[in-house]
Amino acid sequence: MRLTRRHFTKLGVAASAGLAAPAIWTKGSFAQSDKIRVGCSASLTGPLSGTKNMVIGYELWRDDVNAAGGLLGKEVELIVYDDQSSPSNAPAIYSKLVDVDQVDFLFTPYGANLTATIMPFAQQRDRFIVGILTLASNDKLKHDKFFQAAPWGPDGATNWARGFFDIAERDGVKKMAILAADTEFSKTAAEGGRRVSEEMGMEVVDFQMYPPTNRDFSAILRNIKAAEPEAVFVCSYPADSTAILRGIQEIGLNDSVRLFGGGMVGPQYASLMENLGPALNGVVNFHLYVPEPTLKFEGIENFLSRYEPIAKQQQVDPLGFYIPPFTYAAGQLISAAVEATGSIDQAEVSQWLHANPVETVVGQINFDEIGNWTERRVLMVQFQGVDDSGLDQFRQAGKEVVIDPADYASGELIPFADARKA
Amino acid sequence: MVVLDLVLNALATGLMLGSIYALLALGLAITFGILHIPNVAHPAIVIAGAYAVVMTNRYGVDPVLAAVLWMIPFYMLGILFYEFYARSFESRGGGNTLQSLTLFFGASLVIEVALVVAYGTDLRSVSVGYVGSSLRLGFVAIPYRFLIPALITPVVVFLLWLYLTRTNVGLAIRAVAHDERAVSVSGVNPAAIKRHAFGIATALAVIAGAALVITGPIDPFAGRIHIGRVFAVVVLAGMGTIPGTLAAGIIIGIAESLVMSFMSPSWAPGVAFAILLATLALKPTGLFGAGR
Repeated sequence: MRLTRRHFTKLGVAASAGLAAPAIWTKGSFAQSDKIRVGCSASLTGPLSGTKNMVIGYELWRDDVNAAGGLLGKEVELIVYDDQSSPSNAPAIYSKLVDVDQVDFLFTPYGANLTATIMPFAQQRDRFIVGILTLASNDKLKHDKFFQAAPWGPDGATNWARGFFDIAERDGVKKMAILAADTEFSKTAAEGGRRVSEEMGMEVVDFQMYPPTNRDFSAILRNIKAAEPEAVFVCSYPADSTAILRGIQEIGLNDSVRLFGGGMVGPQYASLMENLGPALNGVVNFHLYVPEPTLKFEGIENFLSRYEPIAKQQQVDPLGFYIPPFTYAAGQLISAAVEATGSIDQAEVSQWLHANPVETVVGQINFDEIGNWTERRVLMVQFQGVDDSGLDQFRQAGKEVVIDPADYASGELIPFADARKA
Repeated sequence: MVVLDLVLNALATGLMLGSIYALLALGLAITFGILHIPNVAHPAIVIAGAYAVVMTNRYGVDPVLAAVLWMIPFYMLGILFYEFYARSFESRGGGNTLQSLTLFFGASLVIEVALVVAYGTDLRSVSVGYVGSSLRLGFVAIPYRFLIPALITPVVVFLLWLYLTRTNVGLAIRAVAHDERAVSVSGVNPAAIKRHAFGIATALAVIAGAALVITGPIDPFAGRIHIGRVFAVVVLAGMGTIPGTLAAGIIIGIAESLVMSFMSPSWAPGVAFAILLATLALKPTGLFGAGR
């Protein structure tokens, strides 16, 4: 048969309709099976694959739920696809999860960059979705079925590191320096830091951005020394965090600096903690969980003890303080809401979560109207007394002392220079 | 006094960084500069070499010594890789630039994925006593983690220059670059010479990997941030000039360091390419390259 332009047009229309049909017909419909399906993407490969230990949290939650008889008598099935750390892959994966796999509940990918690409879809399809360390992903959309697993709190985009500035204010800091990687996340945090500093009456005496590929901070640290700040707020990524802390060892900082750190990514990861050892002493930096006596939430120690052997086998972060407890808690949010409502209806489950606190391995979580935690519980911890003895020391209390928030404080701030001399 | 302090420290840091850039680029100076093979996988091979050094360092072996030990296995791997390239592409007449780029780009991805599978994505580093301290000369402080790798480069450059200019095989490598047919007429097998040269370039990648991992931790994707800069060093030097590679690296290192100190650190990554563009506009053969 000869294919004319008219035939071609008809074929195109038919193909488009065929492709669109599942999306149209399945809106609001869910798997009618003996399983409750929960799906997400994870960065199993690519630059963000250091976060793939998040899957261990999901898997342990799934195993625990199924061992206890499932949810509403149904087995929980976890479906995870590799997004290859690429935001462009996420939309197709989440379409497949909803339209083909017909999952009942969704977790977001790791972090704000990937999540930004699927949030409009989740809202359009009116899907329940739990955010995995996604900073401010729902602030503009205000999707009523989004719930954040991480403790960024309300106004997280600008305030997640506010604890650092609260400590600075309490310590009487008047001169602040800000150093940040030239990326969207760091720039936002640095600008937020400048605004908060000025609100608190501190003078920002040095404000430097550096390219994220930079590995030599000699010149930058010398500029900071010349400005003679009392505190330095740093927003950096793992490799640059290491280079900055090595640079301080090599070149030093003024004794006037009493507070250093804040927004450094890296000192939460076991590989860097082991590598840097005593170079971390004195740094006050954000974290989400540390094994301090003020953070002994029910189930967390049991979770971490089961996580460790799996992590060792999979060659991922052996400590697992940063992400896995929060992915386990993300699952607990679903369990609690489904059991309480006796339903997997997206609206019912969401309404219940908005109205009720949930006890998880990372503590009690209360949600505001857009699914953020009602209180910021980003920890500012100070490395104290770290030696060369390796990773095990970080499993004990007293090495990462909580300074802020005050309700969870487990020790006192030691001025940066003193903590490094000790 | 403060400005003088900053200038001298910036110059010292730039000198060290530039020397390390040159070491990263040396293998490419052979494959791209002499053999005209656009080996974009070279930074990934450097990272593979760095991982080999990290794993050996776990047994207490110094990174530089570990790199020297790994040079022979990497030389052999380089020979095998070139053999694959030559049989799959060159001998079938497919060794044009675009196909070669595709092959080496694919090879770099394969190396990265293999490293992820074997070692995970955590940052890896070596344990050496001098990391974290610096040599102080007046008000100039030079971190040992930059100084030690930087000192390796002149030694390697000198040895390589001697090899290429004072040995028959070295002369044959340079001759192949100029006129492959003339070399074969004189009884030398060009394929064997190119294979050998590629092996040397791959072996040099381990030394560069050791230098890189001494300066700071690496992950499987760490080569990506150096790919543009190493090509810039090779082209700026002039294709195939080994001592010129050291000079070009140092020029770029010092320029980046001065920009970082006195302008904005954000401008630093653009410096290598700004210098490269300016130089090529004035001298298309590069700073030290001879016209052909």
